[in-house]
Amino acid sequence: MIVLDGSHSGVPHRRSPACRSCREPARGRLPAKVWLLQPGWYPSEVDSHLTLRVDGEEWSLTVDTRTTLLDALRDRLSITSPKKGCDHGQCGSCTVLIDGRRRLSCLTFAVAHDEAEITTAEGLATGESELHPVQQAFLDHDGFQCGYCTPGQICSAVGMLAEAEAGHPSVVTPTGNGSGESGRPAVLDDDEIRERMSGNLCRCGAYVNIVTAIRAVARR
Amino acid sequence: MIPFDYSRATDARTAVATVMARPDAAFLAGGTNLVDHMKLGLASPELLVDVTRLPLDRIEELPDGGMRIGATVRNSDLAAHPLLRRRYPVLSQALLAGASGQLRNAATTAGNLLQRTRCGYFQDVTTPCNKREPGSGCAAVGGWNRHHAVLGASEHCLAVHPSDMAVAMSALDAVVIAMGAEGERRIPVREFHRLPGDTPERDTVLEHGELITAVELPPSPPGARSAYRKVRDRASFAFALISVAAVLETDGDRVRDARIAFGGVAHKPWRATRAEEALRGAAATEDAFRQAADAELGAAQLLPDNAFKVPMTRNTLAAVLRELATEERR
Ligand SMILES: Cc1cc2nc3c(=O)[nH]c(=O)nc-3n(C[C@H](O)[C@H](O)[C@H](O)COP(=O)(O)OP(=O)(O)OC[C@H]3O[C@@H](n4cnc5c(N)ncnc54)[C@H](O)[C@@H]3O)c2cc1C
Ligand code: SF4
Ligand code: FES
Ligand code: FES
Repeated sequence: MIVLDGSHSGVPHRRSPACRSCREPARGRLPAKVWLLQPGWYPSEVDSHLTLRVDGEEWSLTVDTRTTLLDALRDRLSITSPKKGCDHGQCGSCTVLIDGRRRLSCLTFAVAHDEAEITTAEGLATGESELHPVQQAFLDHDGFQCGYCTPGQICSAVGMLAEAEAGHPSVVTPTGNGSGESGRPAVLDDDEIRERMSGNLCRCGAYVNIVTAIRAVARR
Repeated sequence: MIPFDYSRATDARTAVATVMARPDAAFLAGGTNLVDHMKLGLASPELLVDVTRLPLDRIEELPDGGMRIGATVRNSDLAAHPLLRRRYPVLSQALLAGASGQLRNAATTAGNLLQRTRCGYFQDVTTPCNKREPGSGCAAVGGWNRHHAVLGASEHCLAVHPSDMAVAMSALDAVVIAMGAEGERRIPVREFHRLPGDTPERDTVLEHGELITAVELPPSPPGARSAYRKVRDRASFAFALISVAAVLETDGDRVRDARIAFGGVAHKPWRATRAEEALRGAAATEDAFRQAADAELGAAQLLPDNAFKVPMTRNTLAAVLRELATEERR
């Protein structure tokens, strides 16, 4: 059996190129250490150990505190579905789900997410053939051209649909129409989808089909 | 980016003592402004004290009918709160008009209040800027100033405050609760942000190391209606050119009271007290709304690229008041 999660969590396996920790020793399990603030005491190392759970796999890693979550995922864990578009919060291509909510991985440091549950577009599918409904809809409705913004669009759409389901309003939700006020799911017409997805820019301009894809999932 | 230490605060007092003791320390909340500034070289703290796991994430109803919003409540959670949406629609709308879904899931109440200007020169370390580097000059004077202030600016700084949320809070007479070495103090939002004068490097009256713990909203007067409207270069995910937050109370077709704040026009959310004065007791008509706007905007000082902000603010105020005056009482 080949263990792919790199956690070496008691399952013996031979050194294997298929195993991420074997390929890069820094990914092996290290004791996680989080600085907790004590009166009169300051941490004095810029390297921090932390545990990240990404797409169902647990990683222990040591990072320079300056590492953003995006760089930790891409450069340290080789999880490259979150993309670096602008690195300043303006494009949405680095969108991941942190503890179930959509966030930008470029504007947050990895050390702030010790023990967090992170889902990238890669982790949404349950297997090669079992795509997430939003992923399948992007394929069915041609919701991309070059595909660079797509993993961010898909994570954002998944987070957005959950927000709508929980009754969160948007700025175009008519006030007083009751949607959300009683926890009722928000009704997603095209204006709502466009507004709620406005944090994700697409340089190819695939917007029309992105809206179509998301509408198809929202109507289910 | 210079190296820094990261620590996670578990109690507010220790967090305050730690940051007060070190001039190079800063609180970290959602990080959506501070991390950006660290990347751009505008901020270089050597110790970050993460406040997001402090127990300051509650939204509570106060006994007097007001509300208390914890400092680390995420902007999206606040905007979606049923009671807030019912009692203070202006605040929910302002929050939802800001940034994007992803950013609002990270941004906090305190971080939003303390976000810094989006003046392009401030964000570009190669240009002079008195806010970033006191005494270096202001590149916006004689430069590109379409987004800059028309009210309350000084020759030292023409920047505007970018927050939507703070504009609504100003119109609501919200109060910031800040914890310092000697305990907590209460600062009305209207007095929290500063005008630039000759010290534009100071955005607010908060002292280094003071921790915002909450924002309190006074009870909404019975029958008051409120709304926020933002005008921007594109329909969504852009900062305001100008914005209007208004709370209106009417008696039949007369204005009993109005509380109005403008965004995008000054170094702070601009409470339009002259317009409020002009409206009190006046007939709730389009003419009266426009006259009220003029009473406030008469003092505007225009720059070559931003004269459009005056008619835009006047039209937007009139539109918001018209809408509120005709809205069915709910
Ligand atoms: C692309 C983009 C678009 C945006 N568009 C808009 C918009 O249209 N409208 C709008 O209003 N905003 C907009 N924003 C700004 C966003 O709202 C702010 O970045 C956010 O509210 C800051 O909150 P935060 O919790 O992330 O703060 P942080 O970045 O963590 O902190 C900001 C500042 O507050 C200090 N701080 C944080 N918490 C406390 C505390 N409890 N006590 C004392 N000090 C504290 C920090 O030290 C820091 O100086 C946008 C941002 C981006 C990146
Ligand atoms: S307007 Fe203010 S922030 Fe902008 S360059 Fe001038 S001093 Fe700096
Ligand atoms: S890379 Fe994060 S928003 Fe553009
Ligand atoms: S598909 Fe190319 S950037 Fe969106």
